[in-house]
Amino acid sequence: MSGAVHTAPGATRRLPRIPRAALPQIIALVAILAIDRAVSPGFFDIRMSGGRLFGSVIDVLNHGAPVAMLSLGMVLVIATGGIDLSVGAVMAISGAVAATLAGEPLAITIGAALLIGLVCGIWNGILVAFLRIQPIVATLILMVAGRGVAQLITGGRILTFSAPGLSWFGGGSVLGVPAAVVVTAGAIVVTGLLVRGTALGLMVEATGGNARASRLAGIETRGMTVAVYAWSGVCAAVAGILAAADILGADANNAGLYLELDAILAVVIGGTSLLGGRFSIGLAVVGALIIQSMNTGILLSGLPAEFNLVVKAVVVLAVLLAQAPRLRRVFARSAAPPKATEPAPARQQGAQP
Amino acid sequence: MNASPNGEVLLEISGLSKSFGAIQVLHEVGLVLRAGEIHALLGENGAGKSTLIKTVTGVQGRDAGTVRLCGQDIAPRTTEEAVAAGLATVYQEVNLLPNLSVAQNLFLGRQPTRFGIVQGGVMRKRASALLREFGLDIDPGRPLGSYSVAVQHICAIARAVDLSARVLILDEPTASLDAHEVEVLLGVMRDLAARGLAILFVTHFLDQVYAVCDRITVLRNGRLVGERETAALPRMELIHMMLGRALEHSVSTRDAGRPRGDCIGAFRDMSRRGSIDPFDLDLHRGEVVGLAGLLGSGRTETVRLVFGADKADSGTAQLDGKSTRLHSPRDALRQRIGYCPEERKTEGIVAELTVRENIILALQARRGLWRPIPRREQDAIARRFIKALDIRPPDPERPIGLLSGGNQQKALLARWLATEPRILILDEPTRGIDVGAHAEIIQLIRRLCEDGLALLVVSSELDEIVTYADRVLVLRDRKQVASLEGESVTVSSILAAIASDDVAPKEQAAKEQVAREEVA
Amino acid sequence: MSRLPVIVTTIVFLLGFAVCGLHFRHFASTRVVADLLTDNAYLGVLAVGMTFVIISGGIDLSVGAVLGFTTVFLALAIGPWGIPAPLAFVLVLALSAGFGAAMGALIQYLDMPPFIVTLAGLFLARGGAFLLSTQSIPVNSPVYAALVGFRLHIPSGGQIPLITMVMLLVFVVCGVLLHFTRFGANVYALGGSRSSATLMGIPVARTTIRVYMLSSLLAGLSGIIFSLYTSSGYSLSGVGNELDAIAAVVIGGTLLSGGVGTLFGSFVGVMIEGLIQTYITFDGNLSSWWAKIVTGALLFAFIAFQQILSGGVLSSLRRTSAPA
Repeated sequence: MSGAVHTAPGATRRLPRIPRAALPQIIALVAILAIDRAVSPGFFDIRMSGGRLFGSVIDVLNHGAPVAMLSLGMVLVIATGGIDLSVGAVMAISGAVAATLAGEPLAITIGAALLIGLVCGIWNGILVAFLRIQPIVATLILMVAGRGVAQLITGGRILTFSAPGLSWFGGGSVLGVPAAVVVTAGAIVVTGLLVRGTALGLMVEATGGNARASRLAGIETRGMTVAVYAWSGVCAAVAGILAAADILGADANNAGLYLELDAILAVVIGGTSLLGGRFSIGLAVVGALIIQSMNTGILLSGLPAEFNLVVKAVVVLAVLLAQAPRLRRVFARSAAPPKATEPAPARQQGAQP
Repeated sequence: MNASPNGEVLLEISGLSKSFGAIQVLHEVGLVLRAGEIHALLGENGAGKSTLIKTVTGVQGRDAGTVRLCGQDIAPRTTEEAVAAGLATVYQEVNLLPNLSVAQNLFLGRQPTRFGIVQGGVMRKRASALLREFGLDIDPGRPLGSYSVAVQHICAIARAVDLSARVLILDEPTASLDAHEVEVLLGVMRDLAARGLAILFVTHFLDQVYAVCDRITVLRNGRLVGERETAALPRMELIHMMLGRALEHSVSTRDAGRPRGDCIGAFRDMSRRGSIDPFDLDLHRGEVVGLAGLLGSGRTETVRLVFGADKADSGTAQLDGKSTRLHSPRDALRQRIGYCPEERKTEGIVAELTVRENIILALQARRGLWRPIPRREQDAIARRFIKALDIRPPDPERPIGLLSGGNQQKALLARWLATEPRILILDEPTRGIDVGAHAEIIQLIRRLCEDGLALLVVSSELDEIVTYADRVLVLRDRKQVASLEGESVTVSSILAAIASDDVAPKEQAAKEQVAREEVA
Repeated sequence: MSRLPVIVTTIVFLLGFAVCGLHFRHFASTRVVADLLTDNAYLGVLAVGMTFVIISGGIDLSVGAVLGFTTVFLALAIGPWGIPAPLAFVLVLALSAGFGAAMGALIQYLDMPPFIVTLAGLFLARGGAFLLSTQSIPVNSPVYAALVGFRLHIPSGGQIPLITMVMLLVFVVCGVLLHFTRFGANVYALGGSRSSATLMGIPVARTTIRVYMLSSLLAGLSGIIFSLYTSSGYSLSGVGNELDAIAAVVIGGTLLSGGVGTLFGSFVGVMIEGLIQTYITFDGNLSSWWAKIVTGALLFAFIAFQQILSGGVLSSLRRTSAPA
């Protein structure tokens, strides 16, 4: 069973789904931004310099781009009830490929980097869907080996490049907006269209909610599993390109290090249950922004950057506590009519209208 | 068989009631177990057997009623407390740990230790001794999972008995055993009864009931139908107690002389090893074919093959005269075959999705990933079916998990009707549904068939089946044993077919031989 | 049958060692073997805790971070704070045990996935280490010098330092704990089936909490070993070591789904990882990343092997095994 029912018992049932579910995340983001503003009065100031926007808010968007990118793929994987631990390593690989081919025409550079991400994702998907290996184990393999492969490509050095095409993704801008933000925004739109413009979103949610029933309803659950891991690989490849372009070099050791954990965290903060089912791409991105606003806020406050991880840990715990199945059950029980003495969760038996 | 109705009363259940939400699943059920007897608890799916066991053993709470064990009122809140009181249960799914050794399983939590170190040798020796009492001579050092299910069952029983159980509840222990293993297990049960234990034996194999049980209690729809001495209860009457309501009510309302439509589906020689013997099946436009038989007779297995949910080992399928491959639900969907499974919650609904999403799911799967049904069309489809089938509450955006069983069932029907199927398969469509919705669904089945659909309906409710089925196929021991048509579709003829070879007890031995081969 | 993976792992290790021995002169010596043990002592101790956690059906991502925290804590405690080394050891072990117990309690009582809870633990412990210090701090203490200097000489040049003895002792003691006590049986029971274990009256909550407590305690001990090994404390120590430990455990034949595995297998798994490193060091021309790639390939091979074993072979064995 999955815990991603966003239906609070009672009251808010009539409201459309997204706003109701989104409220806590948006409040959290606003609160963190308010704190940021408090510690750094110039937080919302934006200035134009050399045809490019600068300012703390822009920094949040710019630095949050890779995690937001990863969370786009991760949210789909998690919605099917899986997890992808390899995205950090895939970032390193695609960054390495892009840096190696930086001298080639841009289409080849980018195409090769994306292709390698796609291949990695399909590999994960096949292990999960056809070899039936638990997702956490299946993607662990690439998580371990992937960074080695990336180092193999770069020869263990930080491969720097200066090709204008690839560099644009780090330093360029469109109408003043940093390229990374533009690319990520584009990817969000593409993912949104792909998921909600086709039937993929519904099928992913159905599979994550009840895989057996979905198969019996004629959904090709295995093909879809491969597809979401493949997409996660592609998103990771894009994130890898952005990360490499940002420092004008591919650092196989540190590119994307621990970012898989941030991406998973962003998805969980975005309200998608690790057990699969209902998901929201927008909220996963909001989750990524929450994480980055915290990071930037800590930086601006003059606190040592070391506080980052501690604050993040506290946030994880807070989110977990809010989502803990047992706590939810306690709340559900106190809200339910006294008749429901059943230990099984309420959604097991249909409540009478 | 040693009927000992005079043994000391060990377990006395009286006035036990239980509801889930608004649905009452047990109505003041009573049961008496005496020392030294094996007592069968019988009934079809949904009769309330599992709930009875769960409420007695503390897995679930009860709403009303008393349970007395050896004269003491007990109300265990957990299985542990029930075991401590002397009431142990062994389920079909053995609740032991296949990854641990047999000896560890028998003595988990009470292993012999010295200075905190488990004395493996002593433990294995004790395990061997204990298992020998049950006629089992195996290496207790090997993992439990490396032994057959029968051995695992006996280990579970041995553990329970060794934990000083006086009353043993065996829930479908023989369901996955072969004929020889069943014999071994029944032997163990007889020995235990002879040692003064009381055994409550839940099964759907009537042969086994007649082989070992002293008395029989039958439940139906959560009510006690009766308690009888096995020796004084002919099989025909027993089946009647389990399935039938009053015969006189089951007047067929079918339009008897209706001409049969074209043959839509012709299935030949379909079979799957260990689940259903080869069978033929023809489905005609505007015809309802009923599948009748006791639990475990192969009804669900038959329809799963027709739908492609399980892969057939042999056989061919022709739809509208064309040979067709039916290897997966996707194939079936493409061929416009629909299937509402019996297990609504685990195989039917996606609980957290809305009613609308659940209704359009199969239609969307058929159209494919790239042709999403526009939201407006989704709303229209959902509204149409909510209205047509009277799904309540009429809110398409409510998660389907919050609806009652009957309304979930209607939404599942809507899911398949939205795909405009040629053939619709309904597995126990009225199970676990309140009386009102029950009647509506039967009405619906009739209407669909008038619309020219071919329907294949599995049901345990014989008096229901005879009201809508044009033809009834009777299954027994994973085999088709009769096909009844027209005037002969009556409750009594179905019952006769189910109980058929009882009439010839001489064939018993031959039949067991066959059963053995089938299981093997 | 359930021992097959361990046997295969052991054969792989022995073959690997033989290949190395033929390939490089001076490889097959007590010195190399002793170094193999010593260089991987901290990883071995981490793998012991991880074995318990994984057999119980969970996972612990926090161990590398706890190791890092411990080294920094010790360096500061023994240096600037002036706490005697033995007391610092006790303090840091108590701290890590309490940390693990807290994670276990969250997992047990709030029904939260171990993956996420221990991920939060990773952030917390690593963040704590950063807060203490981001510098690499050398430890100058007579106690350390004495402990590091204590060595057992074995024939033909090998030396067994204290940390190696501790690692071997941990394997033996925990091996007894896992394989020969009620607690150990309960750990297996949890991994086999939580619901069956509950039905059989196993103290599920207590066992879960103790498993995570043990894992963190051993991560703390591993931190002490690492601190002695490097004679310094650094907040980035042990980054990614949780992965090495998980990989060693899986290569050692423990199922990540829980319920099956041995401590001996994990030991061999650690030795295989160590052997790969040693090979690369001896070769001199190979780059360090081959270690990751080979480890990944081995992981895949073992997981696929177990999948085949549990899916096809095991069930067919079950079907044909004779009834009583």
